[in-house]
Amino acid sequence: MSDILTDGKALTDGKAATAPHDGLAVLEQRRSTAETFGIPLAVLAELTHRCPLQCPYCSNPLELDRGGTELTTEEWKKVLTELAEIGVLQIHFSGGEPTARKDLVELVQHASDVGLYSNLITSAVLLTREKLSALADAGLCHVQISFQGNEPMVADRVAGLKKAHEKKLDVAKWTRELDLPLTVNAVMHRQNLHQLSDIIQMAVDLDADRLEVANVQYYGWALKNRAALMPTVAQIEETSRIVEEAEVRLKGILAIDYVVPDYYALRPKKCMGGWGRQFFNISPAGKILPCHAAESITGLEFLSVRSNHSIAWIWQNSEAFNRYRGTGWMPEPCQSCEFKEIDFGGCRCQAFALTGDAGNTDPACTLSPMHEQIFKQAEQEAAAHQDRFLYRNFAGGTLETEGEHGA
Amino acid sequence: MALSRNISVSEASRPKLPRHAKLKFDETRQVWVILAPERVLAPDEIAVEVLQLCDGVRSVSDMIDQLTAKYAAPREAIATDVIAMLQDLADKGFLTEAREKTS
Repeated sequence: MSDILTDGKALTDGKAATAPHDGLAVLEQRRSTAETFGIPLAVLAELTHRCPLQCPYCSNPLELDRGGTELTTEEWKKVLTELAEIGVLQIHFSGGEPTARKDLVELVQHASDVGLYSNLITSAVLLTREKLSALADAGLCHVQISFQGNEPMVADRVAGLKKAHEKKLDVAKWTRELDLPLTVNAVMHRQNLHQLSDIIQMAVDLDADRLEVANVQYYGWALKNRAALMPTVAQIEETSRIVEEAEVRLKGILAIDYVVPDYYALRPKKCMGGWGRQFFNISPAGKILPCHAAESITGLEFLSVRSNHSIAWIWQNSEAFNRYRGTGWMPEPCQSCEFKEIDFGGCRCQAFALTGDAGNTDPACTLSPMHEQIFKQAEQEAAAHQDRFLYRNFAGGTLETEGEHGA
Repeated sequence: MALSRNISVSEASRPKLPRHAKLKFDETRQVWVILAPERVLAPDEIAVEVLQLCDGVRSVSDMIDQLTAKYAAPREAIATDVIAMLQDLADKGFLTEAREKTS
């Protein structure tokens, strides 16, 4: 998941509508300062943590929610109704693998009924043409399919599932046959970056509207697999060159969103648009989270839709959301930094994972006292070529075996 | 066969919003929005008025006539503005053309 979910661009220029502006900024201007933290435009609903894939960079937490703890169909419907009532406009159905929920068509239909724009973020491997068609009939607005490579050797090994790539290609074709817009999401790392040009061509051949070139973000499972995934500096330079060239060449054919790996950036990413500022997600068990990795931060209590608080109350008032909101919580070097309202100090989960304190400056920032050490470590890991994966599963992870490759 | 994403808008076109672009009044924020994949856009009043006419039945020519009558402005000026705006929306993927019947 990239953090562009709510990075809207608005058509605000009088007649010709030629000047893109930030849609969120346009909408935010209409609020008083007392309502600074208005309800997000889009919410991510992680329906389940169950998934047939075992990607070593999975964005789900290491402690996965078991099937038995998941919200029921009726609970999710109530959540969708409540989200629409408080002003959420778009719902992203994600997971785990959202199609592992037998009630997905019913939930998409309910989202349509209450006026939510629905997006399916899927690995695609469980979908049939009939199921996809039923989802389209229920009002699904957009499909995003993850790809692990451009051919089965690499892709099925990364996914830890045989024939996964072949299935994804089928579902991508059905998506376009049903006139649904398609986004190809390609999660990139050291062991598949050499395929980037081919992946871009694959997205064009699949008639995708958008391609997300998303470099792995290193928390949770990906952090455990950092040595096997971290790209080299040379790879990143090549990646940026390929993306820039493709953006120009494919203008009007394929839109490309590029997420840079923040270890190699100078400034940290504006993670989630700032903690508790414009995004929340709902975990399978119903917890309202500032981002999908937030549960990795110990010591924060996240409230659930099963509590006796409304979703709006949790967003506005809960301790977990307010802890790192705005800029008041920031230590130095963030507090006096001229970029503090640009990147909001980077990522809290990354700060916690790498420094042990979520309130520290994100070490991805060159101004962090930890940056140099962590960058060097990443560079060394990338050069060492330890390529063995720890696959993601409910058992706490399984190491790839020689020759087996998990797939 | 998928709808063409690169349409060229003329007076004969009968544009409509594709299924992935939804024009909606946001009651909470009291503003019109276009909902699109991973994006929420805020079109201005004129864009909203024109987009509401894009039903896949009405031709651009009809829309221009309607707006010319309403605003008592020279048809030529309105036509230039409307076509430019629709083409821009089409280039961004927010307009498509109604399918011709082919049987």
